[in-house]
Amino acid sequence: MELVTPSVGLIFWTTLFFLIVLFLLKKYAWKVILDSVDQRNKSIEEALQAAERARQEVRQLQARSEELLQEARAEREKILREARATANRLIAEAQEKATAEAEQLIKQAQETIRNEKSAALTELKNQVATLSLELTEKILRHQLSNRQAHEELIKQYMNDLKVN
Amino acid sequence: MSRIILNLLIIKLLLIFSPYAFSQGEHASQQEFSAKDMIMHHIADAYDWHFFDYHKSDSTVVHVSLPLPVILLTEGHLDIFLSSEFHHGEHQVVRGDRVYRLVDGHIQEANGKKVIDLSFTKNVTSMFIACIILVSIFLSVAKDYQQRAGQAPRGLQAFIEPIVLFIRDDVIIPNVGEKKYKIYLPYLMTLFFFIWINNLLGLIPTGANASGNIAFTFTLAAFTAIITNVSGTKDYWKHIFAMPGVPKPMLLIMIPVELIGILTKPFALMIRLFANITAGHIVILCLVSFIFIFKNVLLGLPVGLVVIAITFLELFVAALQAYIFTLLSSLFIGLAVEEHEHHAAHH
Repeated sequence: MELVTPSVGLIFWTTLFFLIVLFLLKKYAWKVILDSVDQRNKSIEEALQAAERARQEVRQLQARSEELLQEARAEREKILREARATANRLIAEAQEKATAEAEQLIKQAQETIRNEKSAALTELKNQVATLSLELTEKILRHQLSNRQAHEELIKQYMNDLKVN
Repeated sequence: MSRIILNLLIIKLLLIFSPYAFSQGEHASQQEFSAKDMIMHHIADAYDWHFFDYHKSDSTVVHVSLPLPVILLTEGHLDIFLSSEFHHGEHQVVRGDRVYRLVDGHIQEANGKKVIDLSFTKNVTSMFIACIILVSIFLSVAKDYQQRAGQAPRGLQAFIEPIVLFIRDDVIIPNVGEKKYKIYLPYLMTLFFFIWINNLLGLIPTGANASGNIAFTFTLAAFTAIITNVSGTKDYWKHIFAMPGVPKPMLLIMIPVELIGILTKPFALMIRLFANITAGHIVILCLVSFIFIFKNVLLGLPVGLVVIAITFLELFVAALQAYIFTLLSSLFIGLAVEEHEHHAAHH
């Protein structure tokens, strides 16, 4: 029976000690500990969220730069293609122009040649005619004196002719 | 944990080896060994802290114990003296017109005066040590939290933190409720650690049995009962005096049942902790008694092994009972502060 009879003294001391411990821990321990833990949890959570956000931003940036790169590549292709086309066109045009000019030059040269040739021929014909006339005139004059002299003269004129 | 035990050992060693700590009495040893007396002596409170006896060559017994202050309030007089003045019951202590005797471990006044005994007994000393350990642990942990704000816990802090969080998140919040738990958290948290550390101190050989004393458990159960009823909402009292959904005549039975319920809840708390802790001590002491009953040293080996096993079990029980006491206190407080919005859903 003694075992299950609470003694006043022990009740008194238990109450006193418990209340002192409760007061001290309430004032100096529980609030500090639990607030710190909650704050730490909150900061960890925030840090994780921030990291997640940063990761997403990096991913977006990567996607954007990839896109830009793609665009730049396409642009380059386009520019190159255009440049090549322009170059080809210019070359073709230059060739065409050169060909045309050359043809024209040739044509003009041929024309000139033809003209010179006909002029030369005309002059030649004229000279031949003149010469023939002069010759004929001389022959006719000599024919009247002697035959020998006549022949000599012809020979002489012939030689002259040859010289020409 | 090891630090707590180490601290405790240091305290005890200091006490044992302090020259003033010894109060030696010599008795002739003609008594037979009685397991019941030995066990009752160990689990009961005492005015001195008894460590061990030894037999001198002239077959007298020397008690080595730490005398503790006796504080008595007799008819308005406060008498304070060391328990060693009783010389283990052989002498009586006279203070003015008051004569105190130690009879069967209790102090009586020879002239039949009413004595209020507020002595600083063995259990009180043990509790005092427990409080010092408890407060120093938590103040140092709280200091760690302030100094190392935002950093990972370390050392004692890392040991305490999961326990504190477990008690808050898995015991207090689910039972008391998210809305009001903050009011009761300091009480419940202190309750858990106070019981636990006292349970642990009780497990140390030659230690006291503070948390296995009915006065200790009575006080804590009374705290829970007072808090529960003081913070009871309108719904709580309505459930007691006008249980909803119960026919009026039935209330004649229900009201007394509910009123008894107010008492049985803390009563169960008180008995559960007392019985579990005391039973654990009795089991260990019984096992040790076998050695002396059979007067066989060889029995020491198997008994020792079993005692070690039981001690580990008791270590678990120490935490478990602190947990159960806190859990049930949370539950009772939770039931009292609950705002019933759906009566049907509640039952």
